[in-house]
Amino acid sequence: MTTVTSEIAQAPRAAQMARFARLRRLEQWRYVLLLLPALVFLIAFYGYPVAAMLTRSFSEPGWGLQNFEPLLQARSALDAFGLSIPMNAYIRVFGITLQIALIVTVFTLLLGYPVAYALSSVSPARANLLMILVLIPFWTSILVRSYAWMVLLGQEGIINQALIATGVLAAPMQLLNTRLAVYTGMIHILLPFMILPLYAVMRGIDRNLLRAAGNLGAAPSAVFLRIFLPLSLPGVAAGCLLVFILGLGFYITPALLGGQRDVMISMLIQQQISQLNWGFGAALALVLLLMALAIYLLFTRLLGVERVFGSARA
Amino acid sequence: MTASTPAALPRPDAAAVSRTRRRTRPPLSLSRVLLWIVVAVVLAYLVFPVFIVAPVSFSSAKYLQFPPPGWSLQWYENYLNRPGWVPATFVSIRVAIITTLLATTLGTAASLALVRGRFPGRNAINSFMVSPLVVPGIIVAIGIYFFYAQAKLVGNPLGLAFAHTALALPFVVTNVSATLHGFDERLEYAAMNLGANRWQTFRRVTLPIIRPGVFAGALFAFITSFDELIVALFVSGSGAVTLPRKMWDSLRQEIDPTIAAVSTILITLSVAILLSAELLRQRSERIRTATWIAEEEELGARE
Repeated sequence: MTTVTSEIAQAPRAAQMARFARLRRLEQWRYVLLLLPALVFLIAFYGYPVAAMLTRSFSEPGWGLQNFEPLLQARSALDAFGLSIPMNAYIRVFGITLQIALIVTVFTLLLGYPVAYALSSVSPARANLLMILVLIPFWTSILVRSYAWMVLLGQEGIINQALIATGVLAAPMQLLNTRLAVYTGMIHILLPFMILPLYAVMRGIDRNLLRAAGNLGAAPSAVFLRIFLPLSLPGVAAGCLLVFILGLGFYITPALLGGQRDVMISMLIQQQISQLNWGFGAALALVLLLMALAIYLLFTRLLGVERVFGSARA
Repeated sequence: MTASTPAALPRPDAAAVSRTRRRTRPPLSLSRVLLWIVVAVVLAYLVFPVFIVAPVSFSSAKYLQFPPPGWSLQWYENYLNRPGWVPATFVSIRVAIITTLLATTLGTAASLALVRGRFPGRNAINSFMVSPLVVPGIIVAIGIYFFYAQAKLVGNPLGLAFAHTALALPFVVTNVSATLHGFDERLEYAAMNLGANRWQTFRRVTLPIIRPGVFAGALFAFITSFDELIVALFVSGSGAVTLPRKMWDSLRQEIDPTIAAVSTILITLSVAILLSAELLRQRSERIRTATWIAEEEELGARE
């Protein structure tokens, strides 16, 4: 480096400027070189495989849109595949998936908002301590947590046994393999994804604004509704969209906790692939991806992804 | 102090805010009591299922029974003795370590380029790199499955680690990028002015400063791989059965408390990792705040 700079100092001004420009371009090339390994890797083991899989929705078994027809005409889908699921089953699966994702989003918001609000109102040290309780489940595998809910909700499970022991129930109630179990498990798993962005945004709200409003005569409820709530909306948007997108793609939890009727898109895709309906499985994957992508674009428009995920680190 | 940059808040500022806040704590009202009751219930809902698994794993009952009639280590013995469990654990550890090394190296280099570089298509590449976070797992899984079926990588632990690296990269990129955004580049210029070459500058100046981000990214990468199930379901074959895959297989057959034993081990592991990360973070924060206060006092004394 030192030899380069001394050379530059001796060169005439125009040549010097040209050299700076060249160095700057060289600098950009260095960055491209730094980026290249990760980019090539990601294209090889993510971009290409996913793109190749998605094109199968148009190319398998023959070129055309035949794989999307079952989604439009439920009746013909039955004839084509001879499946034993009832009429317009595919549309129903999409409906169920959207419904589950939506309900889970609403409940994580309702449960997560007070927690984030309370944590943001205490000192950071105390909040970090309480945040450990949010992060422990966050760091525990989804499989383990789904299993825990199986232990809790099962026919011989802890909740049933407790209800019988206390005389509330005479016989065990069907809790596992119901829609309620899917909601309970998914809300549990996705709640940290709501609390973390909410908390990050709420922590950044200037508390002096609230005090100012109070000093100017606003009632506590008005301070919350007219000052705090609007300022926390970016966090609400980030959390909701994050939970909704993740919820759309859920597989493990509904497969373990849900019943026969609680089939989500991911499960349907897996089922189609294992039945070797590759083209149709790929078509379902494409529709699911487009749904997630539409929401993702909305999400990145509203807020940088980086900020939300960056703030979610322990 | 604007609401738009909560994550980038400088730490010392936060400490100062907390000092003023402590003085003006709001009075305990009925609504606050209610709020904390709600918070307690929600936090209990979050934590209770995680800790209910441990007593089940120490049960002496043959089947799931609660409260356990007695205590025993039979399920842990099962974990150690029944075929498949221990090998699956080692496969998982191996895959997770390869994933962590690959993702952290590739991701840190890419973050440097994405945050510092000014080349065309930077934003598009950035979006592409973080997109595995939101693309549903099943889509990546079947894509990889078709690809590996052709490339003969099904059942290969290395193949699984490559797929996991793609899934883990976004965590490294977002975490390292976040620390790089608050980085004072003049420190690097100073180092290079003093005769350090690029590698020395990176090794001795840049890396120590962004280490929390790199460390967090590596932790995320490890956990992402170690807990990953959906891709493993499709491509682990019989040669790369990971622990989650093994758990899934046995969960589909019966709810055997052996899984409770495995789960308890996994939970203990993640709690231990989390707590040590938190302790590290607190320590580095204390050091940073202390230096900041010292600098401020020095500045004040000069004025």
